[in-house]
Amino acid sequence: MALKVEHEIHQRRKGRNVGVGLMLGMFVVLVLALTFTKITSGDFELPKANEIAQ
Amino acid sequence: MPGASYTVTSKETEASLGDYFALLKPRVMSLVIFTAFVGMLAAPISVHPVVGFASILFIAVGAGASGALNMWWDADMDAVMKRTAKRPIPAGKVQPGEALYLGAALSGMAVMMLALSSNLLAAGLLAFTIFFYAVIYTMWLKRSTSQNIVIGGAAGAFPPLIGWVVATGSMSIEGWLMFALIFIWTPPHFWALALFMRSDYDDAGVPMMTVTHGRPSTRRHILGYTIVLFILAVGTGFTSIGGPIYLLSAVILNMLFLKGAYDIWSRDENISETDNYAAERKFFKLSLLYLFLHFGAILAEALLRPWGLGGW
Repeated sequence: MALKVEHEIHQRRKGRNVGVGLMLGMFVVLVLALTFTKITSGDFELPKANEIAQ
Repeated sequence: MPGASYTVTSKETEASLGDYFALLKPRVMSLVIFTAFVGMLAAPISVHPVVGFASILFIAVGAGASGALNMWWDADMDAVMKRTAKRPIPAGKVQPGEALYLGAALSGMAVMMLALSSNLLAAGLLAFTIFFYAVIYTMWLKRSTSQNIVIGGAAGAFPPLIGWVVATGSMSIEGWLMFALIFIWTPPHFWALALFMRSDYDDAGVPMMTVTHGRPSTRRHILGYTIVLFILAVGTGFTSIGGPIYLLSAVILNMLFLKGAYDIWSRDENISETDNYAAERKFFKLSLLYLFLHFGAILAEALLRPWGLGGW
């Protein structure tokens, strides 16, 4: 059996890594969008200065 | 520990992303997404699209995680049954331990993220659903009682209620009615499957009702549950999530479903074997359509409501 530089297993592993990377990227975007939505919604209030100090 | 004791014999150990995705039971996830979405839209309080999308996604991930835990524990059983032998663990593509870690990690992530995106009650319900499916159903009931499907069905019934809680922050009768619709629908759906997939469950040693109580008793149970489902499904039509579209759909679908259950009850094994369980197979296919159309009708009522067309 000839030794191939790019074995099928490497391709599968690469596909898996790219997939996980894309999912993590999408998760980050989703958390950002969620955060933006929450802080721009009407019922969001920043904590008062004395509450932060405590 | 059945799952932990299962060893992968194949040399194929480099799984693709698709194999890990298959651990999450995508078809079950699609049903979870749909019913949770309907539960959320049927609620009287609207949800911001981003919050709604994120919440449904985390509910689906939680459901998928419980599916991975189920596959970890049931790997030995899955290897025996024709229907499940090609799942990633028995097929030798994924190690049982990987399924356990993936399921546990995604469960924790999904519950925490749902708490952040919606509310603690919805997250608590999701955590309970995962626990119920992975521990109560998979690890305990499935192998020990013929009522496995009846009680375990609750796990699949929670998503519309969670969707409702995401929107309202509380549980009300309408959310529980959607829960009950799936809860009562589950036993006849799986018992019909057990009637025509007889060797699968027997071989795996699953104490399905067909094995423990006999097939005539299973036929009677299917009819009994279908009668209860008829009353429940049609009754739901008179609540705030119902309306003319839902009521008409429910009456037609439940008449057909009751006819199918009656056909199953009125025949015996000899008749069923001559036509290769045609009535049981037809009932099973109808059950899939039944659930989809009921929730589709609830969705239609909810979508038409802003124009004054949906609901009563």
